[in-house]
Amino acid sequence: MKISELPGDEDSGPTCRTYVFQNESHTLGNALKCIINRYEDVDFCGYTVPHPAEAKMLFRIQTKETPALDILKRGLKDLEKVCDHTIDVFEKEVKEFNKGYNLFY
Amino acid sequence: MPKLEEKPRIFLEEFRLKNAPEDYGMADEKWSFKKFVKKFRIVIVRMNSEEMEFDLIGIQPAFANAFRRLMLSEVPSMAIEKVMIKNNTSIIQDEVLAHRLGLIPLKADPRLFEYRPEDATEGTEFNTLEFSLKVKCTNNKSQPKDSYRAEDLYENHSVYSSQIKWQPLGNQASIHKESDIGPVHGKILISKMRPGHELDLHLVAIKGIGKDHAKFSPVATASYRLLPDVTLTREVRGSEASLLQSCFSPGVINLDSEGRAYVQDARYDTCSRNVYRYDEIKDAVILSRIRDHFIFNVESVGAMPPEVIFVEAVKILKNKCKSFLDELNKFC
Repeated sequence: MKISELPGDEDSGPTCRTYVFQNESHTLGNALKCIINRYEDVDFCGYTVPHPAEAKMLFRIQTKETPALDILKRGLKDLEKVCDHTIDVFEKEVKEFNKGYNLFY
Repeated sequence: MPKLEEKPRIFLEEFRLKNAPEDYGMADEKWSFKKFVKKFRIVIVRMNSEEMEFDLIGIQPAFANAFRRLMLSEVPSMAIEKVMIKNNTSIIQDEVLAHRLGLIPLKADPRLFEYRPEDATEGTEFNTLEFSLKVKCTNNKSQPKDSYRAEDLYENHSVYSSQIKWQPLGNQASIHKESDIGPVHGKILISKMRPGHELDLHLVAIKGIGKDHAKFSPVATASYRLLPDVTLTREVRGSEASLLQSCFSPGVINLDSEGRAYVQDARYDTCSRNVYRYDEIKDAVILSRIRDHFIFNVESVGAMPPEVIFVEAVKILKNKCKSFLDELNKFC
């Protein structure tokens, strides 16, 4: 199991959740936090790596209405889109660069 | 006074760093993929098979940092992991020798190999490369007279990485060329020996990632910095101009035919803030950095060209998102 959910408290319902990512660190945590923090409905989003010797990352989401799980899924989807776009642009630029390079030599 | 407001900036003042007014660290704006696509640009500045410099413009620091971290510690490469020592009568100890061998960069393309399962005792042709290193040092019988240089007196007195020989497993010899597998550099000194010393080693290389051990990292360096910017607020001429010029890296400030200073190219400035040592010119410049303009420097160790390493890094982040999404969809 690479991802699991910590039980929430009874007052908050499904809008507040902490997710545990196994074998993840600041790399994914910070990038994901950066996106989710900017969503309209999100009150709070943060992550922590509780201990450097434990390969896990806790990811907390608190929202006003939307279930935290939906927000997390949307965040992952958006991050995936960012990666796709970055690869597309980068590969196009590399191709362009090589074209220009061949003209000179 | 020139306009400075179009780009998000951080100002380098004499005693502090100051954010531009109304700039709350780019964290306030709402997320929109469309906006990201509109703003995002990549410019490749320099590129060859070992090294590249490129700019990521209009991107969040969190993404830039994720790409950097991924290149350093999660993009795989091949490295020697196990050394079977059949004979080692040289001065260098077994464990030190094994460590040195592990750090030798290999040319093998990690994309053509699989990770070796943790419980596997035997490697297969798909996840393992095997090498041998068998060297014996002897007296050089045809040594020139009067020479006391070790390389004249002895045969094989220095062991180099080029002496590592690939031992293809199974079908490997027909899939890979010998020139694509071995050490990147042939002149890495492994050990020095004297007559009677002998090395007989069997080396096993596997695929791994930098998180596990730095020897698996495919980059020598992968770093980014923010684009520096220098703006002159008034005319500087004569001796003040040359003083100003000497405060920056070469090529940043230039003098025109009338001895007036102008900013030629601030890109390679070190941002030393030396100008603030001189009261007479410190009011003439505004130093800043563009907060969403990242200059990446990627230097490959030699197995993969740098542009491939970057794309691999982004792919790894994408696959992470994908696999977590799949798992979330499964259990909910």
